[in-house]
Amino acid sequence: MRILETQEVTRAFGGVVAVNQVNFNVEKGLVNGLIGPNGAGKTTLFNQITGMDVPTSGKIMFDGKDITGLPAWKISRLGIARTFQNIRLYNDLTVVENVMMGLHSKVGADPFHGRFIQAVKSYFQAGKENRELYVRALEWLDFFDLSHLKDEYARNLPYGNQRELEIARALAADPKILFLDEPAAGMNPAETAHLMKIIEMIRDKGITVVLIEHDMKLVMNICDNITVLSFGQKIAEGTPEEIRSNPLVIEAYLGKEDEE
Amino acid sequence: MTTLIQYLQYLLNGITLGAIYALIALGYTMVYGILKFINFAHGDILMVGAYAGLFIFTFLLGESTNAAWMLIAFFIAMLLSMAFCALLGMFIERVAYKPLRNANRLAPLLSAIGVSFILSNGAAWLFGAQSRRFPYPFDDTPISIAGLAITPHQILTVLVSVIMMVVLTVFVNKTRMGKAMRATSLDQSTSELMGIDVNKVISLTFAIGSALAAVGGILAAFDFRVYASMGTMTGLKAFVAAVIGGIGNIQGAMLGGLLLGILESIGAPLFGIPSALRDTIAFAALIIILLVKPDGILGKNEREKV
Repeated sequence: MRILETQEVTRAFGGVVAVNQVNFNVEKGLVNGLIGPNGAGKTTLFNQITGMDVPTSGKIMFDGKDITGLPAWKISRLGIARTFQNIRLYNDLTVVENVMMGLHSKVGADPFHGRFIQAVKSYFQAGKENRELYVRALEWLDFFDLSHLKDEYARNLPYGNQRELEIARALAADPKILFLDEPAAGMNPAETAHLMKIIEMIRDKGITVVLIEHDMKLVMNICDNITVLSFGQKIAEGTPEEIRSNPLVIEAYLGKEDEE
Repeated sequence: MTTLIQYLQYLLNGITLGAIYALIALGYTMVYGILKFINFAHGDILMVGAYAGLFIFTFLLGESTNAAWMLIAFFIAMLLSMAFCALLGMFIERVAYKPLRNANRLAPLLSAIGVSFILSNGAAWLFGAQSRRFPYPFDDTPISIAGLAITPHQILTVLVSVIMMVVLTVFVNKTRMGKAMRATSLDQSTSELMGIDVNKVISLTFAIGSALAAVGGILAAFDFRVYASMGTMTGLKAFVAAVIGGIGNIQGAMLGGLLLGILESIGAPLFGIPSALRDTIAFAALIIILLVKPDGILGKNEREKV
């Protein structure tokens, strides 16, 4: 079942068309891969979907709703979470506080739209609410084996752990879809293997995963289906086996053989 | 000869003045904390607050000389003036700053200076150039305690400022909205991904800062009267106070305001500075702090990471 699809989404920066009429389909409960050479428009497409940027044209449908052009905070509240190629944590907060921030949108009413009575109530229960958040944040840290680092500042964590923390924080918001932008970048083989396990665990929790990744071993091993972008256009879509043998994909990555 | 009692008196006056600076400095520092932008129109908001407070107060008072009603009317006027300035602050942000949020950093700064001119010249045009006295809501005969003369309006000033600062501290640290505000000041785009409506947080920041400026304006009006350009020097000094305390830091603004008030009050007699040059103290303090600890007393040293 399709949980999210982009319909003819285009994003042009002046004369450069970074994403060109892309129909990208995300299947529910699966790990969906999005690959392509550098500059293919993968991150740009992520940005359109997560509300960091607005498409020049086209539509983005999520769970039957049109979410094109909604601000990022609304999209996040609808259940779409993401991580970044360059990690974006609250560096000056501790590990557990970062995860608590992820829980922010989930617990209690929207701080601005809640009813007045609720706002007053939540004020008097702030201490209790914080304790609850803390306990739940620790559960997420347990899931990632990060509990022993809970009081460390995020900026002091090793790179691999920072990536895991970013994923933990995204998951804390209880998303329906998790977008991972090159999660294995800069990881050593042991860390990548651990990441692969984590992604499988996330999928087994019933959360749909969308993965941008250059590590082909990871992609081919873990993705249920793969979409390939090249120069802003979708050139292929299918299972890992189909993608592996697709001549267009090979050409995009390795270039065309010169014909004598 | 200046005696200890006299210095204690200066200290007392300094605390009162410092409380006012602190209230106004909070607006500068909160906006800077979130937008990294200095709202140069903030000083003129305090002028608008003082005018609004004055007009509402005299309107409510009418011919009445009832002591209790005078005090009640004063607080009603203060609350209404706060509400008015909060709306004005949000309106200014929406119209003059928000459209420039992604522009060059200089653009909103210039826009703020423009807004500042519009407000102060608009007030001069509407209300005339003469200054007005802000009537005391009570008999302001000084009370003598151990040789110190304390006026009731000084007590009111310190009391109101302390209440405002306690409420603000609780709000920022304990409520979900306060948490959203702190998160936004740490990292705007990440906070948006956490489901925080950053535009609302920014509006709220302007509303709170402007409401506090309204209180500061009314309290300052007791000593400095109400006039169209009253916000310029007081606003500038509150800004200096925010920088001294560490701009972007709420506790820093409170501390910086208090220190600057005390320094101005005690510094003149202590260093033998003629009272006409009293204003130079604040700016000398600014230069010194910028040379010695550019991030301010409570500011964190944030170097760009490579």
